[in-house]
Amino acid sequence: MTSVTSLAPPATGNAPAGAAPQGAITDAKKRYAAGVLKYAQMGYWDGDYEPKETDLLAVFRITPQEGVDPVEAAAAVAGESSTATWTVVWTDRLTACDSYRGKAYKVEPVPGQPGQYFVYIAYDLILFEEGSIANLTASIIGNVFSFKPLKAARLEDMRLPVAYVKTFKGPPTGIVVERERLNSFGRPLLGATIKPKLGLSGKNYGRVVYEALRGGLDFTKDDENINSQPFMHWRDRFLYCMEGVNQAMARTGEVKGHYLNITAGTMEEMYRRAAFAKELGSVIVMVDLIIGWTAIQSISEWARANDMILHMHRAGHGTYTRQKSHGISFRVIAKWLRLAGVDHLHAGTAVGKLEGDPMTVQGYYNVCRERHNAVDLPRGLFFEQDWADIRRVMPVASGGIHAGQMHQLLNLFGDDVVLQFGGGTIGHPMGIEAGAIANRVALEAMVLARNEGRDILSEGPEILQAAAKWCKPLEAALHTWGSVTFDYTSTDTSDFVPTASVA
Amino acid sequence: MRITQGAFSFLPDLTDEQIAAQIEYALAHGWAVSLEFTDDPHPRHTYWDMWGIPMFDLKDAAGVMGELKACRAAHPDSYIRLSAFDSTRGWETVRLAFMVHRPKEEVAYRLQRTEGPGRVQHYSVVRA
Repeated sequence: MTSVTSLAPPATGNAPAGAAPQGAITDAKKRYAAGVLKYAQMGYWDGDYEPKETDLLAVFRITPQEGVDPVEAAAAVAGESSTATWTVVWTDRLTACDSYRGKAYKVEPVPGQPGQYFVYIAYDLILFEEGSIANLTASIIGNVFSFKPLKAARLEDMRLPVAYVKTFKGPPTGIVVERERLNSFGRPLLGATIKPKLGLSGKNYGRVVYEALRGGLDFTKDDENINSQPFMHWRDRFLYCMEGVNQAMARTGEVKGHYLNITAGTMEEMYRRAAFAKELGSVIVMVDLIIGWTAIQSISEWARANDMILHMHRAGHGTYTRQKSHGISFRVIAKWLRLAGVDHLHAGTAVGKLEGDPMTVQGYYNVCRERHNAVDLPRGLFFEQDWADIRRVMPVASGGIHAGQMHQLLNLFGDDVVLQFGGGTIGHPMGIEAGAIANRVALEAMVLARNEGRDILSEGPEILQAAAKWCKPLEAALHTWGSVTFDYTSTDTSDFVPTASVA
Repeated sequence: MRITQGAFSFLPDLTDEQIAAQIEYALAHGWAVSLEFTDDPHPRHTYWDMWGIPMFDLKDAAGVMGELKACRAAHPDSYIRLSAFDSTRGWETVRLAFMVHRPKEEVAYRLQRTEGPGRVQHYSVVRA
């Protein structure tokens, strides 16, 4: 019998050089004799397997413990994320068990990272309930991340077959319909998170909303932890924010919105808050990622039934997305959220205060916005992905960005993004309205110049300075923040290209 | 008050040369350019009057600029917006829109309120 912790050398097919041949035991009598077998022997490794169009594919980065063979470790991941348990069970023989086994079909060393391997696994469509991210995640990430023979594991990417994608409704609104409702085309949308995020009364909070929207922003936003604390109960916040939103609409002739955060302790309370937002005429509500997959899909259903844009703040994701060796890549979270059905998703800034290598972040944006993702290893996309015409998610760039970076932001992300300047609006020396004007003028000047064929990446600073000559608020913004950068090395970068710096 | 709809309302009004450059950008993407006008640019007013159908298959900006000149002459006291429409699968919507003409006297709106139960107010944006 084999010890479960001394997983020794294995296999064939798509295995790294030097791996000893070893595969599934095909003699049923030996295969199902009571006891412990290697996962590869149990049929969770098939180096010759050709994934089917309808298979779900996953690539994990694994770091096996010392002495654990990578192919056997790959088979173990496939096993533990599908049907396997640690020992042979005869009850497998009551099923068409080969269909239910995840199949590890390729193992590759990670370039430049000794001891780490990319492991590719295919799962048959029958393993998954239609339209349930809860079921998908319970399968794919349910057990395997705690598995002792691995020091660390990270889910890097997934390919979701069209047959599976079509079981989800996806974003309730999507980029196209959101823009048609807002009547805004051809430029990034502008937003700001109200600051300070804790402590303002409803009346003072609504003042910031009004000033920022009147100044030229499209949206303002509750922060992730604004719910219903003693200093501002949620109904007060909703009432004053909508006063600010409507007043700004009347003063500018533009459709405006404030992301009312309806995150609460129970689903019942979230529905109550959502219903009040609707009664007050809000165009958008917001939830935090920490509410969980089932709550997200439920509120997405509600948003779809009530013509509401659904904003998703990815609160908490950094706990499992940031370190490359263990956890889940944000690109996978973004894929799950597009299926689950959100309209806005915080997806990084690259140039701001929060983690994000520029190309890796562009990979997230492509997951949100494209109809079809091609394989793009420098941007972290391991698989082709056909989105089956599911709507596009509007990415949101938020956190430590300012008007002086407008050329970089437009160059990195293009038009279909919400650029959120919280401190960069509210902290403006001439006031909140001036801060909003500075951002809007900088944005429009940059879009105009880009469309005229100018090279905004190199000419950006000049373009901003030229606009600042006639726009005092922009001049003051550039004076205050023009030299602020957050140029730290990213932790989560592609393994396939040298990391680009944003400076 | 200045109605700030469209991609470039916070910039000084675009010159004809600047407008032509934006049209060239749209045509380079294969988008069809169209003109619409209205005397009521209410934020929820979706269907402005069309100045003909979208100009499909144009090769350069001159054709649009000619139509814009005619539209301005016919409706000097209206707002005119230029839109560029993308018929690519999955978009099938406007990809760029901006104002190309404003009346001398801009329209103003104000907020009309109706008291509801509790502290709720129902708002309408109406002409000032």
